[in-house]
Amino acid sequence: MAVATGIKEVIKPENLVYKKSKIMTDNVLSYCPGCGHGTAHRILAEIIEEEDLQSRTIGICPVGCSVLLYNFLDIDWQEAAHGRAPALATAVKRLLPDRFVFTYQGDGDLAAIGTAETIHACNRGENILIIFVNNGIYGMTGGQMAPTTLPGMKSSTSPYGRDVKLMGNPLKMTEIVATLPGTYYVTRQSVHTAANVKKTKKAMRKAFQYQKLGKGTCFIEIVSNCPSNWKMTPVESNKWMEQNMFPFYPLGDIKVPVEEIAQKPSNSEKND
Amino acid sequence: MAKIRGSIVVDVERCKGCEVCMVTCPTGTIAMAKEVNHKGYFYAFPANPELCIGCANCAMVCPDGVITVYKTKI
Amino acid sequence: MEKELRLMKGNEAVAEAAIRAGADGYFGYPITPQSEILEYLMEAKPWETTGMVVLQAESEVAAINMVYGGAGCGKKVMTTSSSPGISLKQEGITYIAGAELPCLIVNVVRGGPGLGTIQPAQSDYFQATKGGGHGDYHLIVLAPASVQEMADFVDLSFELAFKYRNPVMILSDGAIGQMVEKVWLSPQKERSKTVPSWATTGKPSTRERIIITSLDLDPYAQERFNQKLIDKYNVIRENEVRFEEFQCDDAEYLFVAYGISARVCQKAVQLCRAEGIKVGLLRPITLFPFPSKRINKLADKMKLILSIEMSAGQMVEDVMLSVNGKVPVYHFGRMGGIVTAPDEVVEFLKSKIIGG
Repeated sequence: MAVATGIKEVIKPENLVYKKSKIMTDNVLSYCPGCGHGTAHRILAEIIEEEDLQSRTIGICPVGCSVLLYNFLDIDWQEAAHGRAPALATAVKRLLPDRFVFTYQGDGDLAAIGTAETIHACNRGENILIIFVNNGIYGMTGGQMAPTTLPGMKSSTSPYGRDVKLMGNPLKMTEIVATLPGTYYVTRQSVHTAANVKKTKKAMRKAFQYQKLGKGTCFIEIVSNCPSNWKMTPVESNKWMEQNMFPFYPLGDIKVPVEEIAQKPSNSEKND
Repeated sequence: MAKIRGSIVVDVERCKGCEVCMVTCPTGTIAMAKEVNHKGYFYAFPANPELCIGCANCAMVCPDGVITVYKTKI
Repeated sequence: MEKELRLMKGNEAVAEAAIRAGADGYFGYPITPQSEILEYLMEAKPWETTGMVVLQAESEVAAINMVYGGAGCGKKVMTTSSSPGISLKQEGITYIAGAELPCLIVNVVRGGPGLGTIQPAQSDYFQATKGGGHGDYHLIVLAPASVQEMADFVDLSFELAFKYRNPVMILSDGAIGQMVEKVWLSPQKERSKTVPSWATTGKPSTRERIIITSLDLDPYAQERFNQKLIDKYNVIRENEVRFEEFQCDDAEYLFVAYGISARVCQKAVQLCRAEGIKVGLLRPITLFPFPSKRINKLADKMKLILSIEMSAGQMVEDVMLSVNGKVPVYHFGRMGGIVTAPDEVVEFLKSKIIGG
């Protein structure tokens, strides 16, 4: 295994500041270079490790680029049919209420074929976490238009740009579910810079803690990129995302719990 | 006065050459190699290791988790 | 503990039997003629007694996927619907079969195709026994012909489902679902605390992670898996065939019928014998595995065989395959939601005997 190292004298176990979570398996990620999925996976893995959840977590993975998510995180997984993850999660959580249950879904999965399952799980206030990775395009199937594709944005099925008169406007699922009383914590984040990675990690940690309270659905949208199908380099795609996706899908908390949550400070808070 | 010294270890065969770490690095430590790894990617490496402050920003944004970060006070 | 005698509707018997069988979860959606199952469960509130989860899902699609998730956790879970709703569930059913999970699906069949009618039919035989969903798989299919069997088959279905890690279907019909009969109900079973080794419950350090999936992008591995399923279904064919015979010992003609059609044929047998026609009835209880061997043997002494089913002729093909050309096989049955009458069956048999 070839490595490139910096100053060798500094590389000692006691100097370790950051390494990939052991919840990530050894498998090479199947994603394109620069894809936000990998970063999102790693943040999730870190939370599972730090909060000691591995033996109490069941993840539901989608159909989409992250269909093989079960190869990358070392927890129990169920592979859902396209769009149905919230239905699986509903049953798992109701039957095993003391486990931490989450779904991880893309924009086609959550906002096209799975719209009903998404809305109704949130409406019932299922005590699960829904992670929604939104890059405004269908990656796995080769770059088709998604419900979240921006107006004017090109894709393989909107080669002249999304025409809202013919194809409708993009759906803001996060805002929609925030209006439902069943959702408890709704936020929109990104993972393309270190600062945003930290914020996303904080949001995921909160979502886990809130799940213990049993007060409703937590919903985290991660606005992300798709260098391959946007036909840009990864660095260009992150810039494009900042300039085009963020104005339409603004980052930040959309719904936060009103009550103060009394919690013991977790000993990993210094990583936030 | 204590100076912070950082050092990163990059698993070059798993790096996909996305360059996000390079643009994230605040000190200009990282550059992309002029040779490719066995998958054909120009991998990232600490070209200016003495500039590294061990902030771990690179590791945090790396989608493939190929960077490990060390830090000490000298 | 003793069994309890009650007068119940077929649908209600399914619901009560599910509670008593120690089911962990029911996920369903209203559709005529089986909405009483969900209504009964909501009124019985088993979550307060056994802790059984009962949830009205937003669609039949959502319900079958809830069953999928629950089955992946090793729980006894079930859903019920009627023909159009069962069509919606097909994707979920193949995922459950492909992931080798246990569950119970009840189809209270109504007339089709499409929105069809709300009255009874038997036109989902192909869907139930030949696939319904995509890919090479089979459901174990049980066909109740009485309210008693509606109740008894729930526990039997869970037993078979867990024994073979396969979804099981109770293929009922609107008549059996709606009719009211005496039924002996088994005492309450405790909900199982055993966790199957293949279930997702959270990964402890003592084992590898469990992945419930039906995906394998390696075609050689997938072919081995398909072969594994074939082997499983062959074991099921060897061991789980169930049927009932009525007056076949001296019969020269044979009815093959299931569900409400079997009840009709019982009467038709009596009417025929009163006229001196020696006819018997073979009632398949399992439609998969089909009692092919038995029908083939009976064909040795029959002059002709009738498949009596309320459809355009679906089970008749399996009867023909079983008979393998030994004797003529015909189909008869009303469609569109009409229940075949015994005298219609008698007339049809007579027409085949005379007409040849």
